[in-house]
Amino acid sequence: MNTDFFAAWIDEIAAAVRARRDHLTQLDAAIGDADHGANLDRGFTAVREALAGASPHTPGALLVLVGSTLIRKVGGASGPLYGTAFREMGKAFGEAAEVSPAELSTALDAALSGVRRLGAAAEGDKTMVDALAPAARALAQAVRDGLKAEEALEATAAAAEQGAEATIPLQARKGRASYLGPRSIGHEDPGAASTALLFGALRAAASR
Amino acid sequence: MKKLINGADSIVTDALRGIAAAHPALRVDLENRIVFRAGAPTPGKVGLVSGGGSGHEPLHGGFVGYGMLDAACPGEVFTSPVPDQIIEATKGVDGGAGVLHIVKNYTGDVLNFEMAAELGGDEGVEVATVLVDDDVAVQDSLFTAGRRGTGATLFVEKIAGALAETGAPLAEVARAAREVNERSRSFGVALSACTVPAAGKPTFELSDAEIELGIGIHGEPGRARAPMGEAREIVRTAMDAIHADLPLSGETLVMVNGMGGTPLIELYIVFAEVEAYLREKGATAARSLVGNYVTSLDMQGFSVTTCSLTGELTRLWDAPVETPALRWGR
Repeated sequence: MNTDFFAAWIDEIAAAVRARRDHLTQLDAAIGDADHGANLDRGFTAVREALAGASPHTPGALLVLVGSTLIRKVGGASGPLYGTAFREMGKAFGEAAEVSPAELSTALDAALSGVRRLGAAAEGDKTMVDALAPAARALAQAVRDGLKAEEALEATAAAAEQGAEATIPLQARKGRASYLGPRSIGHEDPGAASTALLFGALRAAASR
Repeated sequence: MKKLINGADSIVTDALRGIAAAHPALRVDLENRIVFRAGAPTPGKVGLVSGGGSGHEPLHGGFVGYGMLDAACPGEVFTSPVPDQIIEATKGVDGGAGVLHIVKNYTGDVLNFEMAAELGGDEGVEVATVLVDDDVAVQDSLFTAGRRGTGATLFVEKIAGALAETGAPLAEVARAAREVNERSRSFGVALSACTVPAAGKPTFELSDAEIELGIGIHGEPGRARAPMGEAREIVRTAMDAIHADLPLSGETLVMVNGMGGTPLIELYIVFAEVEAYLREKGATAARSLVGNYVTSLDMQGFSVTTCSLTGELTRLWDAPVETPALRWGR
């Protein structure tokens, strides 16, 4: 997977976020403050502009720029959290011109630890970690099983989607939804939903 | 819900243009979205920076001026500011004595101020942070993101601002700010949801017969839904929650704050009930504010914030202040 692949991923994310903007905002309206879709849309629009202006030459440089732009433009909790995730992935890639599924798996683990450190959230807290952690596990397993890149990313995306869906019956313990206590039960976490969207976009980029 | 806007995407910029035009004592940096005191920085004075999502006006831009904030960073509606904004504001108000960040305890606000402190660490400005978390509606805080910062933010900004104006060092200003927070408690009630412009419809549905108890300031639902009742009963519920958490006694600073869609006549009715409640507990409303100070767009409802006063805090509260939304004594 080279720089063009990751650029295609970001394009797929931007399109998916735009298409699902209202859906994400509605999920957020139920248990948060009704801005998640609008925030991510603003963030990835800024990311595309930043990438067009800088044309980074390695996957690592590209993802670090994506992360920094999200931190600078999104605000809220999702800016620093997603920004950190992309920055950690980019840093894990280093200077490599191309990365393997195994290296992507290592980078995803780094992203997960970055997000967990910053948000102090564990699995089951009803946050983006509930989609990110199963995705990271699924990719690691796919690498161990020797799956091809496309199959590995299919498994990763599926795990993220299942993880996001599994937040529905949970009671939130982090973020703004936590203030609702038991009333947060029965709603999909918007952060987990957008994380699933990101991995769906990764799958789409692989099948381009 | 109709909105008097040019478009959902330009709300914050358009409002900042208006603030700049209406208040010559302020300098608005439209590009970085910062509301400064026109003369910032003040040499030798601790700089005070606060910020948070827009939609809570007059918080925070309305509290920039003599005796209160040096700069405010408004984010998008209900979204915290971004680190770049906070860094620029911090640099812009440092008069050589350091800068105090006043941050409401919401995950997004905390993370972005932390990121700013981290990213701006090389700028050479000494920064202290006070986290405001006064909302007693948040129970079991070990299992949540902790208590929210709501109305007490205004008390912290006013009192820390007054102390900074005397030339007190950063550590002193931060200590007083934390003391105000520790002595303050809030509880909010919604009679209706608000409408976030980008979403275009109310955040939740509330029938005429229902209210939300224990709301924050972002239109999020509260900790429970209850039947609508008389002002007296609703105030009692709010005050009971505050009193149970930190018993009310002695001279108390009280704010009855409207959420943006409640007429003053109703807020005064609430204040009368709050004052009666305090007397019943042997406390007095020694200082008070009634009005829209920390709002949630067009939400109907109110919050009550109390702060148990000391001689020092009363003196600092009474000290002159000159901002768009709060001014006296000068």
